[in-house]
Order: sequence, then C-alpha cells, then structure tokens
Amino acid sequence: MGMTTTDSPAATADNGVNVQALLDARNALIDAPEGAKFTWKAATEWVRGTHSETTITDFFGLGADQSHKSTFTFSADHPEIFASEDNGPTPVEFVLVGLASCLTAGVASVAQNRDIQLNRVKATIEGDLDVLGILGGDPEVRNGFTGIRVTYDIDADASREDIEALVAQSQKRSAVYDVITNPTNVTVSVS
Amino acid sequence: MRVPVVVVGAGHTGLAVSRVLADRAVDHVLLERGEVANTWKTERWDSLRLLTPNWLTRLPNLAYEGPDPDGYMTVAELVGFLERYADGCVAPVHTGTEVTSVRAADRGGYCVEATTGTWEAAAVVLASGPFNEPKVPALAADLPATIEQVTAFDYRRPSQLRPGRVLVVGASATGIQIAYELLGSGREVTVAVGEHVRMPRTYRGRDIFWWLGRIGRLDERYDEVDDLVRARHVPSPQLAGTTDHSDLDLNAVTARGAELVGRLSAVRDGTAYFSGSLRNVCHLADLKVARLLDAIDESAGGRGPRPKPTRVDDDPRLDADLVADGYETVLWATGFRADHSWLHLPVFDRKGELRHDGGVVTGSPGLYRTGLNFLRRRKSTFIHGAADDATDLVDHLVGYLASA
Repeated sequence: MGMTTTDSPAATADNGVNVQALLDARNALIDAPEGAKFTWKAATEWVRGTHSETTITDFFGLGADQSHKSTFTFSADHPEIFASEDNGPTPVEFVLVGLASCLTAGVASVAQNRDIQLNRVKATIEGDLDVLGILGGDPEVRNGFTGIRVTYDIDADASREDIEALVAQSQKRSAVYDVITNPTNVTVSVS
Repeated sequence: MRVPVVVVGAGHTGLAVSRVLADRAVDHVLLERGEVANTWKTERWDSLRLLTPNWLTRLPNLAYEGPDPDGYMTVAELVGFLERYADGCVAPVHTGTEVTSVRAADRGGYCVEATTGTWEAAAVVLASGPFNEPKVPALAADLPATIEQVTAFDYRRPSQLRPGRVLVVGASATGIQIAYELLGSGREVTVAVGEHVRMPRTYRGRDIFWWLGRIGRLDERYDEVDDLVRARHVPSPQLAGTTDHSDLDLNAVTARGAELVGRLSAVRDGTAYFSGSLRNVCHLADLKVARLLDAIDESAGGRGPRPKPTRVDDDPRLDADLVADGYETVLWATGFRADHSWLHLPVFDRKGELRHDGGVVTGSPGLYRTGLNFLRRRKSTFIHGAADDATDLVDHLVGYLASA
C-alpha cells in the first residue's frame, strides 16, 4: 500500500532500496518457485583456544551457484574475562548482528515501499544470557538468550505511528527474527 | 439429464445465483449434498452468530425484516432466513444430492455426476462454500496421543471437551470466540496467537460494518487491491455477534483468564513450542486497527476512542509440557479450506488452489466459482456480498451461453 504525501506531491523517498527489483523478483519467483530456494554457506576453521575464523564467499540461489563480490572473513572469540584472547566478538554477539542488520534492512525496504524517506536509523540491541547454562552450572538455565531487546531510534519523514508500523512490518518479514523466535531443525554431523 | 446450468450448492451463494439466473430466465438446477444451508446446519458450533449485523444480512430480493436490525443472527435464524429464501426459488433444488464429479463432457460443456443422477450442462456454477474442511497444520501429528484434538469444524459446545486445560490454536474470529466460550465454562485456556486482525464491534455508536461500508472498504474490488493473494488470505477479524455489542479481542479473553502465547511453531517430545513473536503480532494488529479507525475519522470527520493496546505479558511462555501441565485438548482454530477434490478439470495452481479471475474459472469456459473469500470484492466474504457477485457472474455466464 503506497503512502501518499499529499502536501508534497513531488516528494519521492530514496533510501537506496530498489523496491521495483524486489517486487519483480517476487513475481518471477511465484511463477518459478524452485529459484526461490536458497542455501547460505559459511566455512569455519578453528584457530586456537575459542578463536575461530569463518569465511563466506559462495551461496546457492536462483537455481545456480552464486558468489559474493569478495570473500568476507569473521573472527569469533570470547573476551578475556572468559580466559580467552578476545580476537573477535562472541558467537552470540554475531547473532545480535544478524538480527539487528536483518531488521534494519527490512526497515529500509519497507520504508522505500511505503515511500517514507529515512534520515537516520539506529538500533541498539541487547541480549540477556545467563552463562551458568553454557558452563553447566545450573541445569535449569538454558544456554541461549533469555530475552532480546532491540530499540530503534528513527528519524524519518513520517508520523510516529508510521514509523512504528515500519518496525513492526520489518519483524514480520525478517528471516533472522524468524530464526530466533521459532525452532529450527539443526543437524550437526562429522564427515 | 441436460440443463443449461447446474449450480452446485444451495447455501446463500448458490441460492443468490439461482435467483439472478431466474431473473434472467436461465433454466438451471441446484444440486445440494444435504439440505438447504447444510454447512450452517451441520458443521458449525451451537453458539455461533453471524459477524455481520442483521440489516446487512440480505440477498437479492430478500432483506431482514425482523425486530432487531442491529442484532446478529444465530445459526438457526440464518437457516430459517435461507429456507425462506429457498422457498421463493423457482428452480428445482435437488437436496440429498452430493456432487461426486465434475468433468468435461465429450460433446462440450460439463458432466456433473451426483449421488442421485448425472447432469450435462453448458455451464456450472460452483457454490459449494469456502469452508468445507478444517485446515490443521502438519505438526498436529506430533502431539502426544493422550491429548484430544478437536477442530473448529467438529466443535459444538464446551461440554463436548474434556475438563482439563485447552490449548486453542488460532486467534481469529473462530479461535477467539471458542476460547471465550470455553473460559466461560470454567476451563483453563491458553490461546496460541499468530497474525490476526483486531476490530472493535462498534465505533462511534455504529457497528464496525456500517463504517466499513461507509468508507468503501466492503466494496473494494479484487482487481483494484494492491496484493490480492494477501487480501484473500487476511484472517477473519476478531469479532463476534455479541448480544451486548461488546468487543471480543485478546484483551477480552485475557480478562476472562486466558493465557496468551505465541504462534504454535513446533511440538517435540510432548512439549509445544510457541513463537517469540507474540508481542509483534499484537502490536501489528494494534497499529492496523488504529489505521482503520484513522481512515474512518478522516472520512467522517471528528475522532472516536482508540482501543486499549493489547496486553501481553513481559515474558510470555515459550513452551508447554502439554501432559505435565494438564492440557487435555488442543482445539484447532487454524482455518478452513474449500474442497474441490471432485472437480476433475485442469484448473488448479501448483498449491492446489482454483485459478479464477473474480470467480470466472481460468482455462475452463463456462465454469464459475462463487462464495470464496474476497472473490470479487471484500464483501464477498460476507452474506450480502453474494448479491453483487451473483449478478456479475450471471452476466458473464449469460454472455458465455449466448456465444457458445
């Protein structure tokens, strides 16, 4: 549903999202649903201690192997208070990165689709985690987050209600939000 | 038997089509698997009332003339209303005649096989209702065997269920009405809530349907909406035909003691897992109802009250060990679907849904479908929407017969 700004009819939002391409892709994939089945890939190599390095280059989608423009490398580790060397963020922080960046991409896309100009979008994200779970110190405590809070600070040419609707819609269409809020079957094997 | 037109189903949409066909002097028969208004008589729960007010419950040449235009018909009242309508039907209504197959006839047109005979017709109108069977998610198979599963299709009244806790899955009109009734019977009820549509029963002294009509929503056409797939799949609004015109939203069921949890997303080893998205789906529904009321105010001037935000616990439960936590019943209020299994024609898309352009079935000239959600207009979903849809489809059909 396109937003209309009646007081400035010439205004057209530009958030750098090519909504038409996304809508065209959706229509094309409805007719060719096999192309919509993507597989995302990463390769992780242990370095030392809790430090590992993950590279991401290739993925599968639109019925063919695809590659990013370049290889991306991520170090993950744990901070010194865990007796680690802190060569990178913790894996759970990468989860927060995934969630916040996915929701933020969604905010930009939905805003573009609704013709809302974004001037600033900032998210702060916090995840609570009781480490007694992963340390095996209390069987009642789960390993993962007990709660995650994301707070958006958005400056846009829109009402507060419209901004809240952007953020709500971005959750509805977010892959990472879905991954975190719903169970997923995970298979880990040894080759 | 040869007849120009066969209408499959003598519910409100089939009867409306029949009336319009008769007005246009098109010879036809109605084939009905049971009796007139069969679905309403046999496949709905006892306390159900229409979501639409009586003044809006009308069909071609039949309007409500009772004493309570602002009330909501019970199923029994609706059945009486439709029976009176059928009495005025000039075409033969073959009751107890279940259609078992519709296929292309060798000589063109269609061959309609039913339990009491076979008809050949140049045109067929499928008016077999949108809600022929319950939709139940695949994860139902993962529930512990000791939990009784009941669908909204089989639910009649609270006494039918075991006394223990009930997990109602689904919070659209059906789920929320049944949850509210079960709470009234003294049961402990948990409601698993996915995306839903919230609506006040009345706004600024008028029924919400009055406003939906006034701002043109009910007349929105299928070829004018942005995203028809989405429009056809919007869940039915959280409303009930309440005698006191009260709202029936999530706040009403939590006030009666219900616990809200997120959408049921998995069952493993007897534990049900609920999505962590409850807060967002409630916030989405709150924002959407506010937008609807804004649109009403914009059209009418002035401003009415806004519903209170949906109350959601700070930490809604994410799982339930069903047996240990005392659940005895899972009630599926996860929607219904049309049954077209007897339609032996290449008219389905890859998801098994009938392909049609506002009820004109694609790739099968002379075949029509009526009575589906948002078939031609938003109001197609409601009783009174049958009138305009019947007129449009019969116009098309008459043109087809003339050219065939």
